[in-house]
Amino acid sequence: MSEGTQRRIDRSQMRVSDEIAIQITAMNKWYGNFHVLRDIDLTVHKGERIVVCGPSGSGKSTLIRCINRLEEHQQGRIVVDGTELTSDLKNIDKVRSDVGMVFQHFNLFPHLTILENCTLAPIWVRKVPKKEAEDTAMHFLRKVRIPEQAHKYPGQLSGGQQQRVAIARSLCMKPRIMLFDEPTSALDPEMIKEVLDTMIELAQEGMTMICVTHEMGFAQAVANRVVFMDQGQIVEQNSPQEFFNHPKSERTKLFLSQILGH
Amino acid sequence: MSEIHAQTVPFVRETMLPPSAPPRSEAGAVRWLRDNLFSGPMNIALTVLGLMILYVVFQAVLPWLLHSVWNATSLGECREIVARTWGPDASGACWAMIRERWPQYLFGFYPADLYWRPTLAFALLFVALAPVLFSGVPRPLLWFSAVYPMLAFWLLWGGSVWWWVMVIAGLALTYAVFRLAVLRLGAIVAGTLAVVLLAAWSVYAVAPLSGRLDQVIPAAITPVASDRFGGFLLSITIGVTAIGGSLPLGILLALGRRSDMPLVKSLAVGFIEVVRGVPLITVLFTASLLLQYFLPPRVQFDIILRVIIMATLFAAAYIAEVIRGGLAALPRGQYEAADSLGMDYWQAQRLIIMPQALKISIPGIVSSFIGLFKDTTLVAFVALNDPLKGITQIVRSDINWKGIYWEPYVFVGAIFFLICFGMSRYSMYLERRLKRDHR
Ligand SMILES: Nc1ncnc2c1ncn2[C@@H]1O[C@H](COP(=O)(O)OP(=O)(O)OP(=O)(O)O)[C@@H](O)[C@H]1O
Ligand SMILES: [Mg+2]
Repeated sequence: MSEGTQRRIDRSQMRVSDEIAIQITAMNKWYGNFHVLRDIDLTVHKGERIVVCGPSGSGKSTLIRCINRLEEHQQGRIVVDGTELTSDLKNIDKVRSDVGMVFQHFNLFPHLTILENCTLAPIWVRKVPKKEAEDTAMHFLRKVRIPEQAHKYPGQLSGGQQQRVAIARSLCMKPRIMLFDEPTSALDPEMIKEVLDTMIELAQEGMTMICVTHEMGFAQAVANRVVFMDQGQIVEQNSPQEFFNHPKSERTKLFLSQILGH
Repeated sequence: MSEIHAQTVPFVRETMLPPSAPPRSEAGAVRWLRDNLFSGPMNIALTVLGLMILYVVFQAVLPWLLHSVWNATSLGECREIVARTWGPDASGACWAMIRERWPQYLFGFYPADLYWRPTLAFALLFVALAPVLFSGVPRPLLWFSAVYPMLAFWLLWGGSVWWWVMVIAGLALTYAVFRLAVLRLGAIVAGTLAVVLLAAWSVYAVAPLSGRLDQVIPAAITPVASDRFGGFLLSITIGVTAIGGSLPLGILLALGRRSDMPLVKSLAVGFIEVVRGVPLITVLFTASLLLQYFLPPRVQFDIILRVIIMATLFAAAYIAEVIRGGLAALPRGQYEAADSLGMDYWQAQRLIIMPQALKISIPGIVSSFIGLFKDTTLVAFVALNDPLKGITQIVRSDINWKGIYWEPYVFVGAIFFLICFGMSRYSMYLERRLKRDHR
């Protein structure tokens, strides 16, 4: 996808349904005495693409890690796909297997081949037969355009390729929601585009996505809502057009002016 | 083209240079000697000093080795032969003792007509180890590895085969019950149930059932008591069993030490710290003396079994610490990735964490194994006939070999070295193989 076509992305598939995928109400989280997330309210509908941005340390990672319980919240409710996250391990495992997550540092399993990385969880968690899991894995590896790397180890791949494998690995679990935590910020500039293209394709197929990123081009192209966080709170959320062209809060204006480099 | 010209004129390369071989430097032995042994005054001095030390050592040891005597019936005869052939002042090793006492060094007081049993068990050990140690061996052989411990114990101690069949049946039954119960009752209840069942089975079912079966189909071989064991048979039995047991136990302890559950964590920490803080000899004395006090009076707990248990616990504490180091070296992202894919704790440990942590810990684990194997000689302190002290003492109390000093230690030391060196080489092979696999 070239620069020119990026603005003419086909949004016809990217419909948002009325069904609620994630509902966060009055959620608070502390690290010890440090109040990282304060009174978060966020509703995400099926098919929505949310971009979360904000200055470093504002709690973006913590927020999306709460959604699949990599971090525990202390107050409020998080309901994912109808399942509320409590200390009940069954619920946590269910939510985790339905929610894919892509990390800044890929976190591929270095002792397994690319194919094994992709089939491991389906085989052991979903109990899919090995052959079927491999077919699914190859399908998604083709989709992220690296089927020929299937038998290599992660250490033999470039950063961009590794991140695409990480996306494929998550997709193999057939998740209903995908979370991305700065998926491109550990990559060299020439690899960022290949990862973003993969994510854009995913968005076009109607995947529900929450993405922490500072790639504002990506936000403008696919997001239907931008959430701006500062000091553990949601300061502003709006459609990308409004958010970028008419930011309401002073903090947002300051942030945008820094990140867009005026 | 002059240098200035080359740099001032704009340049476009039209043909790419083919790769060429590196320049031939002066190679060969002379260069190696100069680089490594005589590169400077300090180096020359050290080389000369090293050569002198080597000369002194060889001057003392070589004649002794060269004057070895292999055929004699007593130390006196050995000395006579040396004096006769090499002159009255010459000294020579008397390996004739080893020749005569070889079976005793291998088997202790194991009945001579049954030597084939430990020998067979030893040979089968390699068959059982092959699929565990090397990747090219057919996988189904792992079933043999699983049964091997019981087969080996049966061969070594003899008795009824039904006893071991009942043990296997008990294990299988426990496993089946656990698998059925774990779905309905959860891991903790099912695990407790399994442990209780296994204990009850071993106390109430194994002996009567195997006795009954033995009457129907007799299948017993001559039993051999533990006090007949000795020499390398004893060392290898204790060493291999303890090595096999201490790795899984060490893994569990390492996981326990990193557990979120305070009780599990403090038990693991307490165990590791206490065991590491106590000398092995203390632990062995505990095994030989104290354990008997805690057990009901008529329960006779085999001394070798007690020593094996203690050596296993002892090594497990060290291995737990080695593995903890490996676990700490793994980035947190690995745990998070496993979690985010919905794997449960044991799946994540087994599939993601342990394969990597163990790979990092291989050198440390093998060092612990080597230490454990050498420590098996300490069983001499609880009156077992280890090869180094136990058997050697027996040999020296024979009037024919009274006064023999260096030979038994050199001999036993050499065999220990061979085995430990083998383990060390295997660990290097394994590291290399895993590195190749994962890059
Ligand atoms: N495990 C932890 N224990 C204590 N404090 C933490 C922990 N993890 C994060 N924090 C703190 O919580 C705050 C929010 O962290 P978080 O990683 O969510 O920020 P972020 O918005 O993702 O920042 P960045 O853009 O740098 O990734 C930071 O001030 C951080 O120092
Ligand atoms: Mg972050």
